[in-house]
Amino acid sequence: MTEKFVLKIYRGTPGKQYWEEFELEVKPFYNIISALMDVQKSPVNRKGQKVEPIAWEQGCLEEVCGSCSMLINGKPRQACTALIQNLIDESKSRTVTIAPMTKFPLVRDLVIDRDSMFEHLKRIRGWVEVDGSFERGFGPKQDPKIQEARYVLSTCMTCGCCVEACPQVNKNSKFMGPAVISQVRLFNSHPTGKMQAPERLRVLMDEGGISDCGNAQNCAKVCPKNIPLTESIAVMGREVSKQALHDLISLPDAYLDK
Amino acid sequence: MKSTKEVIVVGGGLAGLAAAMKLAENGCRIKIVSVTKVKRSHSVCAQGGINAAINLKGEDDSPYIHAYDTIKGGDFLGDQPPILEMCLAAPGIIRLMDRLGCPFNRTPEGTLDFRRFGGTLYNRTAFCGASTGQQLLYALDEQVRRYEVSGQVEKFENHEFMRLVMDENGAARGIVYMDLINMKLDVMKADAVIFGTGGPGLIFKKSTNSTFCTGASNGRLFMQGMEYANGEFIQIHPTAIPGEDKLRLMSESLRGEGGRIWVYGDSSKKITNSEGKSISCGKTGEPWYFLEELYPGYGNLVARDVAAREILRVCELGLGIDGKPQVYLDMTHLPAKTLHKVESVLDIYRKFTGEDPRKVPMRIYPAVHYSMGGAWVDWPASDDPDRMSRFRQMTNIPGCFNVGESEFQYHGANRLGANSLVSCIFGGLVAGIEVPRYLETLTTSVSALPFKIFSESMAQEESLKHDLLTRDGPENVHKLHDEMADWMVRNVTVKRNNADLQKTIDKLKEIRQRYDHISLDDKGHLMNQTYAFANQFRAMLELALAMTKSALVRNESRGAHFKPEYPKRDDKNWLKTTIATYRKDEPEITFKKVNISYLEPFERDYVSAKKIKPTLKNLPNNIQLPL
Repeated sequence: MTEKFVLKIYRGTPGKQYWEEFELEVKPFYNIISALMDVQKSPVNRKGQKVEPIAWEQGCLEEVCGSCSMLINGKPRQACTALIQNLIDESKSRTVTIAPMTKFPLVRDLVIDRDSMFEHLKRIRGWVEVDGSFERGFGPKQDPKIQEARYVLSTCMTCGCCVEACPQVNKNSKFMGPAVISQVRLFNSHPTGKMQAPERLRVLMDEGGISDCGNAQNCAKVCPKNIPLTESIAVMGREVSKQALHDLISLPDAYLDK
Repeated sequence: MKSTKEVIVVGGGLAGLAAAMKLAENGCRIKIVSVTKVKRSHSVCAQGGINAAINLKGEDDSPYIHAYDTIKGGDFLGDQPPILEMCLAAPGIIRLMDRLGCPFNRTPEGTLDFRRFGGTLYNRTAFCGASTGQQLLYALDEQVRRYEVSGQVEKFENHEFMRLVMDENGAARGIVYMDLINMKLDVMKADAVIFGTGGPGLIFKKSTNSTFCTGASNGRLFMQGMEYANGEFIQIHPTAIPGEDKLRLMSESLRGEGGRIWVYGDSSKKITNSEGKSISCGKTGEPWYFLEELYPGYGNLVARDVAAREILRVCELGLGIDGKPQVYLDMTHLPAKTLHKVESVLDIYRKFTGEDPRKVPMRIYPAVHYSMGGAWVDWPASDDPDRMSRFRQMTNIPGCFNVGESEFQYHGANRLGANSLVSCIFGGLVAGIEVPRYLETLTTSVSALPFKIFSESMAQEESLKHDLLTRDGPENVHKLHDEMADWMVRNVTVKRNNADLQKTIDKLKEIRQRYDHISLDDKGHLMNQTYAFANQFRAMLELALAMTKSALVRNESRGAHFKPEYPKRDDKNWLKTTIATYRKDEPEITFKKVNISYLEPFERDYVSAKKIKPTLKNLPNNIQLPL
């Protein structure tokens, strides 16, 4: 006998959102994306009404592109790794709810606009400032332990789960959110990237910067890549303070003493 | 008026971003059009690594051996000049990516570490954990963001290329594109357009590709006259996990780090090895490491086409695990330190199956993975007398360039693992140099052309859109997709035969007719993904026809193209590039000569392992690398 479950989706357009339910079979290795694909093929809701297919974002389906973030049973995560059977077992309910993330402007159904996160990456100058792409030999040598720590930070796929989970990101605040702070740490820990560390840290001193973090620590809990976001924020908080002090009291040539 | 140096790059994966970066450096103004945030492009899925013969492991490796392995791995179908130059440039590309901050794994001394991959005996694959593609893409995404901030690059993300605009001489002068949020069409002008739109995995529906990889861009260009080369060469990756929505790749790096493939043996069954000898299928009830026994030289790291076929053959003998089409890929014997290097791949397996591959062997099966074929692009070799009057990476449409997986030229009939990332970056950098050179030759700029050429293209696209949205037939485009994919997977993947290929062509034509009678479940103008897909599907169908007909015509077995009716490679008749040209009924197939200037074809052999110093002849001495 095939088992069934209910996929309950919060859908619609800005100002006109509503819940709609679909009944589906649980297939082997069935995940939220497979379920959405089946709905798309034949968009008939639980009441038997033919409705418009659901709009959602997807890409790699292996949790490495960051496209398919949504709220699944209330928790921000990637839809591709959300296996239906696991969700049923965990919640002890045969209804799985999905909804668009709430901290970003809604486009339609499960699609939200995460542009702001990419704008923040511009603001912090999230790149290594090289002279050009012509042949100049290897970059600086790196301690394998530093490389490994940087690699973890560099797996951030700008999915927005940490931003969604953060209580400090809300209508009344301009907080940039955890991901971009961790990216500052990534670039400031590169031997060449370090040279622009003060500029990046000063962005974190601005409005919406690191002082808006309330230390709720939700971010690290929801990060699908297990990036130590709270650790990054702590380390950057310290660096920002040092930089602020340095900016305040140092002489112009004080770089030599750093 | 001369060119204003406006260039469009369609596709923001590794190849497109490499091109954009180089173009920006060369003073062009670039508009990047991508169906997704470029940071989410399919390049992120490349796990294992990127090849370059830097020879940091004291193995006496060299770019010439890398070129030799690539030519041989591609079963001699690849044009040799571009392959050689890619391999010569590869070490510089790794050094560049290192400078850009890409977090490559390191040795204790702090220099780059290298692992071994399929089809070679050398440790020449640099890697970032097991998400090398993601890290390389991010490094280029960051550099392009820098040019975005400085104003040289403008991004049009969530926008899709729909049609190429050509001037009266047939040269590319811009595109019609669609905003995927509000579905509005618009035109974008430029003096050259570069396409780096990736593979066509979605034609087979379930593959290791991202859902963006429809092949629609190439299909649209094909329908506008772009030649499509070697479409029959589709790489089947030996090891993927089956799934409802996609087949997830389990990287070759797992075998590179010591993973072994096996099934339970059955001594009552016989199999023929590559010397034609009949041997028994291991010992009954004991693990039978069939790749190691059949290919003692390369073992689990034979070329991908060989590994995929052997897995299929073993399963057809009834030796698949639980009688199903699946074999074990075993990592359980490896030390924790080794497993740590491929942690992110092992995590994918655990997340999607619920089983821990550190404790139990993984169950895997081959899956559609990569298209060696793609847009035909030109490659004047450095010693060709007309080198400077032709343009590398340019399609048969002047001003229309193609780079990355969406073009055909670096992998011949079969791609070696970890060669795709290097070919993407290399092709992109080359285009970043060739396009400005092409712009110099233009006598009129796009701004001087009559607007009519744009308004006409726009009108064609508007009417197509209106037509699709108002169709009111009984067919469902997603079901047609399922049907097409089912035929393609059955008949145009690991094993092909002419009868079924012909039937597939007939079927594709039937689907094409039924497509005229679809109706869309969504007829709106906000993020209408059903419409976007229905429009792509038409182009996907034409590409599917090109692939299938190319496979039908080629009566031999070479690399990924395996036809038991013609089990041998036949250099006398078939050492040639297949060219498909769009025709209304079905594609016309012609051929181009393969450039084998440096290395005479010989039989591929993965049975014995001997590191040889290949001699390449006629090497040009004036090669200029794009770095």
